[in-house]
Amino acid sequence: MIGLHHYLYLSAILFFIGAFGVLFRRNLLVILMSIELMLNAVNLSFIAFSRYGTATMDGHVAAFFVMALAAAEAGIGLAILVMLFRNRTTVQADDMTLMRD
Amino acid sequence: MQAAFFYLLATLAVAGGVMMVSVRNPLSGAFALILSLCSLAGLFAMLNAEFIFILQVLVYAGAIMVLIIFTIMLLNLRKEELQEAPVGWLRLLLTATLCAVGAFGAIQVFGTIEPNAATTPMEGFGNMEGVGRLMLSNWVYPFEVVSLILLVAVVGVVLLAKKVI
Amino acid sequence: MVDWIDFAIIGGKAVFIWGFALTLLPVLIWFERKGAAFIQDRAGPNRAAILGIRLAGFIHNIADVVKLLMKEMMIPPHVNRVFFMIAPVLGFTFILTAFAVIPWADTLNVGGREITMQVANLNSGVLFILAITSLNVYGIILAGWSSNNKFALLGGLRSTAQMISYEIPLGLALVGVFMVYGSAQLNEIVRGQGELLFGFLPKWGLFVQPLGALLFITAAFAETNRNPFDLPEGESEIVAGYHVEYSGMRFALFYMGEYVAIVLASAMITTLYFGGWQVPYFPTEKIIASADSWLKVMLGVGGVGALAFAALMLFWARRMKIGGGFGDLRDKEGIILGVAHIAIGGAMLFFFWKTLSMGPLPDWGARTVAVVAQITSFALKTIFWCWVFIWVRWSLPRFRYDQLMRLGWKQMIPLAFVNIFITGLVMLWMDR
Repeated sequence: MIGLHHYLYLSAILFFIGAFGVLFRRNLLVILMSIELMLNAVNLSFIAFSRYGTATMDGHVAAFFVMALAAAEAGIGLAILVMLFRNRTTVQADDMTLMRD
Repeated sequence: MQAAFFYLLATLAVAGGVMMVSVRNPLSGAFALILSLCSLAGLFAMLNAEFIFILQVLVYAGAIMVLIIFTIMLLNLRKEELQEAPVGWLRLLLTATLCAVGAFGAIQVFGTIEPNAATTPMEGFGNMEGVGRLMLSNWVYPFEVVSLILLVAVVGVVLLAKKVI
Repeated sequence: MVDWIDFAIIGGKAVFIWGFALTLLPVLIWFERKGAAFIQDRAGPNRAAILGIRLAGFIHNIADVVKLLMKEMMIPPHVNRVFFMIAPVLGFTFILTAFAVIPWADTLNVGGREITMQVANLNSGVLFILAITSLNVYGIILAGWSSNNKFALLGGLRSTAQMISYEIPLGLALVGVFMVYGSAQLNEIVRGQGELLFGFLPKWGLFVQPLGALLFITAAFAETNRNPFDLPEGESEIVAGYHVEYSGMRFALFYMGEYVAIVLASAMITTLYFGGWQVPYFPTEKIIASADSWLKVMLGVGGVGALAFAALMLFWARRMKIGGGFGDLRDKEGIILGVAHIAIGGAMLFFFWKTLSMGPLPDWGARTVAVVAQITSFALKTIFWCWVFIWVRWSLPRFRYDQLMRLGWKQMIPLAFVNIFITGLVMLWMDR
């Protein structure tokens, strides 16, 4: 029987796969996508708690907000990325060193 | 039946995620992520979250990912631009260990949470009407703030992406 | 425990709606060929024949299928093989899934079992269709990108931008429908359209949401990549856009996907704005109550119509004979069709005569008659809208890209908001 724990464990695994992508990859596009995966993992735990924990739909509302914020984040992030690419012709995070040097 | 569906979808979601962080070409990664997001949508449907299931497909798989793919195609990166700095084995090992420890810890914490025993979802749980009513009653202020954030994002994107203002 | 009868019923429903969509495909291609020929004042396909039977060019489809199946499926050396092979399948599969929520008749009560005439009665069915059609863009993007060809990439980019842009007015136009009928469930929306407005007008979406209907239909044209919004293909500018590198059956999948998308869009327009399965002025109870006369009328009109068609065919065959004819099997076509239609019409009239001496229909019979009448109504409306899609394609020129974007973002989206606002005001005023 599939219960709350199955979904929570899956959510944890997906979250840390995303975290690995953010920490390890240097391509900004992949980093952005990893953040999306992390947000989705959180959404999964919200929905799972909503179904097996509180039995109210508050978790669904929270997941909805996360989705709206993810849309805003993706839009802004991609716009910044396109600007960076225009100015510096690279999408590698390691090359963005203007503030450090 | 339910278990079979869960394990199938969970495997697909994890496989998509792993592929996304490991392939070099961002477009392949984007499609792996779409696979992952669609299996997550299936899991949402299994959790009686019909509205969120549809939003997941509509917003995530249908809009956000299309935006990302559009950007990838617009940048049209060449092979040499995709070449990342040589992989430091130490860094790989450290990051992987860190994430594995994190996942293990999270699972340990989650293991202590006990599900609420008496939860059979009520009639109309997770449908559009229920979520909408909740969103516009208890959650109306966060809802308005989110709409404001989206507006700010729209203005910000236009300002950022415009060459001459 | 799984009820196997329920399983079988769901399977049957899925087969029915997919059969409907896929049967309309050759009809649509025939429409396209003959309609184009009609509008451009030429004959259109009239050669392909089986034993002399051409069915006014309908048999040409079979020749087409054979050609496409026999053709080599080229994989050019410069493409990304995996994505190149997946893309056509994706484009075709997603769109078929969306048919799951289209209702085609009222709920049928047989033997204590309620059968919804809809594969999946989702609570937010309309949004499901939107979600699935938004996935449909991936087939096109993938095809455009993996072909590794600048024209294909341009087609893919154009289609992505166009689909994202027009999804917004499409969704916003739907909000007005949700508000008026108080539901996002397609079956409920159709049921709401069975009432009468001011006592004489059917309460169709078209009459309560005229602006919304116009916006939805326009956006649906853009979503299906049809003229005047067919920039992703644009033969004359970017050769064939995203499917320039495809051949054989892979090309055919794109081609079929386009027509299935038209069927879906027509079914959506019918369901949301033209009363769906409702027979105008005859709600389900009324049809059930007068099922006997409905059966008689359907059989009688069908029989007489078939006989009239047979007479026309025989007359045509005679004219051909006087004119000298082709001198081969094709001369017999009119006679064969005429005889076949005499047989069909005769059978229908025979059953009509039988119904005259028959007692009133049993309850299940009356309900079945109602379902048949509703399916016919739904199918006729859908086919009409399919024809409109083809009609528009051969009548209007293509938009320029900046015009397309301006129409979508600066005109249709504000209009959609105005539509929602007016709908809200009118509803408030009606409540008061």
